[in-house]
Amino acid sequence: MKTFGAFLLFLSNLVKRGESPRILFNRTIDEAIIIGIDSIFIVAVVSTFIGAVTCVQISYNLTNALIPRSTIGFMVREMTILELAPTITSIVLAGKVGSSIAGGLGTMRITEQVDALEVMGINSTSYLVTPKILAALLVFPMLVIVSMFLSILGGYLAGSLSGALSGQEYITGLRTDFIPYNITFALIKSVVFAFLISSISSYQGYFTQGGALEVGRASTKAVTNSVIAVLIADFLCAQILL
Amino acid sequence: MIEIHNIHKTFNGVKVLDGIDGVFESGKMNMLLGASGTGKSVLLKCIVGLVKPDLGSITYDGRIFANNKLDIKQEIRRKIGMLFQGSALFDSMTVSENVEFPLRMLTDMSREERLARVEFCLQRVGLEKAGNKMPSELSGGMKKRVGIARAIAPHCTYLFCDEPNSGLDPLTAITIDELIKEITLEYDITTIVVTHDMNSVLEYGDNVMFLYKGKKLWEGHSSTIMDTRVKELNDFIFSNRLMRDAKKVEQIEEEERQEEENEKNNL
Ligand SMILES: Nc1ncnc2c1ncn2[C@@H]1O[C@H](COP(=O)(O)OP(=O)(O)OP(=O)(O)O)[C@@H](O)[C@H]1O
Ligand SMILES: [Mg+2]
Repeated sequence: MKTFGAFLLFLSNLVKRGESPRILFNRTIDEAIIIGIDSIFIVAVVSTFIGAVTCVQISYNLTNALIPRSTIGFMVREMTILELAPTITSIVLAGKVGSSIAGGLGTMRITEQVDALEVMGINSTSYLVTPKILAALLVFPMLVIVSMFLSILGGYLAGSLSGALSGQEYITGLRTDFIPYNITFALIKSVVFAFLISSISSYQGYFTQGGALEVGRASTKAVTNSVIAVLIADFLCAQILL
Repeated sequence: MIEIHNIHKTFNGVKVLDGIDGVFESGKMNMLLGASGTGKSVLLKCIVGLVKPDLGSITYDGRIFANNKLDIKQEIRRKIGMLFQGSALFDSMTVSENVEFPLRMLTDMSREERLARVEFCLQRVGLEKAGNKMPSELSGGMKKRVGIARAIAPHCTYLFCDEPNSGLDPLTAITIDELIKEITLEYDITTIVVTHDMNSVLEYGDNVMFLYKGKKLWEGHSSTIMDTRVKELNDFIFSNRLMRDAKKVEQIEEEERQEEENEKNNL
């Protein structure tokens, strides 16, 4: 509970008197590029395989001849858009981005770089942390869209390569009963997850005390806490928004 | 001028600073001297507000600093240049970018002016060729010098250096001391230098404070430091052989002189 209070206090610091908008903008773009480039590869690999595996497993379970094969395409679409793309991507990003945020900030803290900023009269939270959070809010939804696209593509490839269903059937399935709100829902989720991961990891890194060992510990803690937060938020989002 | 009064600080039940008073005047080399672990860095951090003292007051030119509002602290801090003991360079930036950083954030200089200033500062610390290197590619002493260049880049009113010449060869060390002295005089800066280097204390210390176990045991001009009767300071100064020998020679000379005088008197 005390930690949660400290966390809220930390968040309130983010919006206090910061640097000029131009600096904030430049810093955010820098951070966004780092997050994007750092994680696009792993997100692409994970998404493609998740889509492929989902397709293969559904077709394995779908033995009833009365159900058209195109249902596989439909189910892959529903599963990836609603759950797999936003949540799995975010969990992957919690590992990748969360640990790098916490490790970076933790190192800056123990090598007194944060203090150096403070002594210059710069608000270190708004200079270091705010751009990271804004960048995550900006980049996560983009990565989730990429992930949706690649998962569905992965399913298509797996389906047609394994001969489970033809490309035509898959596409028919994709087009069945499409609900645009599901995309909105996934994007809302990705924004929520982005905020949770970046703020929790920043908090862990920013308040690191001690030496290199503690930086490692802060990274691990950042990832564990972010993942738990993402899963809880996933459940709550489903309850509230669906 | 910076005044501190009755500064106390305890870490986990261990008293690190135990009621320190002091006045640091501008245009002078104020030096904090003391053995490792006596709380010199902690005192410096208290003065700039990175460590919150348990008790005590700190004023910058009459303006209350400790426990004041963050806005006012930040305003005062924008006039501070500080070299950290571990240099604290931003490791995601090149050497030039490090030195340019405070100029970019705190002044409205144009890009050309900033680059000129960066080059000037790097040249003053003898690193004009290292501008494009990353901090991880530098030696410890080079990092120190970049840290000094970054501290003096904006024209600060207060300059704090935590062991500016530790880890440097004697020649470079003198250059750095000389540089700090020069800008202190030129811009009438309030400078505080933490050191355990007796050479620089003897050469440059206008106002030396000796800290021992969190207390200030001695204060004065460096020219009077050799005559001190404070045992701890004596032990500190004469811990190395050269200094001890120097003192011995002095003592012998003194004894000889006295003997001569006695003889004269006897005659
Ligand atoms: N953040 C901290 N938490 C707990 N103890 C601390 C902290 N910072 C400093 N100390 C303790 O305060 C004491 C003084 O430390 P300080 O860094 O001021 O020494 P110093 O005089 O600068 O020594 P050196 O010459 O080796 O740099 C040390 O015993 C140290 O263990
Ligand atoms: Mg120190």
